[in-house]
Amino acid sequence: MSHTAFGLWPYLALVLVGFLPNEIWRVLGLVLVRGLDEDSQFIVWSRAVATAILGAVAAKLIVFSTGSLAAIPFAVRLAAAVCGFAAFVTVKRSVFVGVAVGEAVLLLGGFLFPG
Amino acid sequence: MTPPAASSSTSAFLFGLRSAVSSVFILVLSGTYVGLGALAHDFHFSQWWLALSTVLIWAGPAQLILITALGTGGSPVEAAIAVSLSGIRLFPMVVTLLPLLRKKGSPLRNMLLPTHFTSVSMWIENMRLAPALPVERRVAFCNGLSSAYMAAACICGFVGFYLAAGLPPLLAGVLLFLTPMAFLISTARNATQMIDRIALALGLTIGPAITAAHIGLDLLWTGVISGTIAYGVHRLRKTSA
Repeated sequence: MSHTAFGLWPYLALVLVGFLPNEIWRVLGLVLVRGLDEDSQFIVWSRAVATAILGAVAAKLIVFSTGSLAAIPFAVRLAAAVCGFAAFVTVKRSVFVGVAVGEAVLLLGGFLFPG
Repeated sequence: MTPPAASSSTSAFLFGLRSAVSSVFILVLSGTYVGLGALAHDFHFSQWWLALSTVLIWAGPAQLILITALGTGGSPVEAAIAVSLSGIRLFPMVVTLLPLLRKKGSPLRNMLLPTHFTSVSMWIENMRLAPALPVERRVAFCNGLSSAYMAAACICGFVGFYLAAGLPPLLAGVLLFLTPMAFLISTARNATQMIDRIALALGLTIGPAITAAHIGLDLLWTGVISGTIAYGVHRLRKTSA
């Protein structure tokens, strides 16, 4: 991968392939929201869309994992997510507890069942 | 209880910094960026490239896609499309965040930094904490919160980069798992109303189904379908109540 290690290409790619395609959504939001009323129904709907997309991103990263996470079996990833969520619901709705339990289950499962 | 942040913009900014440091997201971001740092090292990107990508892109999933796609020699056009699809979530976040931060007639330039800083972590913490502050202090609070998150992410990117050689694959996988786990749990915590809970449940179930069906634009379709159903149920309950 010599072309990614040296020269300007990685930085050009960073701006053209990473920054601009991502930033356009933030700028679109900024432009669109200028004319909106604070209690507009569009904002209520947008919040529901944002929440649904966050759920979908989480599910996608767990189900269709990439990189070193893909080396951990799907059943382990799913079990970790379910245990973490259950811990969050039972222990005072604590995000910290939920994430910590999910990670602990993933580590243990990944150790016991190498992919 | 009136937060001490109410007195001046500086104290609101400092309150933002403190809120960031004491939130679970600082741990999640740190772990995520240690993972991304190790990944950047393995794919032969420099540590400065990673730091710049953190400041400019400021979205973990997009950076993950960019590094793996370019690092494995994927086509730049396909990588740009994948990055852009993952960024769709930022649009409804900006649309719901900015009205919370601005006063009538606030100049556009005050909104530029919060717009660029918009990310899952800061959105969730702002939606939770900013309403308790006077509206004229919320931008400073948001900038303080986001600066702390971004600084932590940059530093941890360097840490991961230099740790990379010694990071076992299982641990690297555990670090990459932080993002979906934190997205899932913190969205669930903020989902206090029925409309949010329905949207989250539908996103979690319809999302992977649409991805598996290879329809394309999976996040966009999931968001629009699930969000619209949740909104429809919310309206029906309001009118029948």
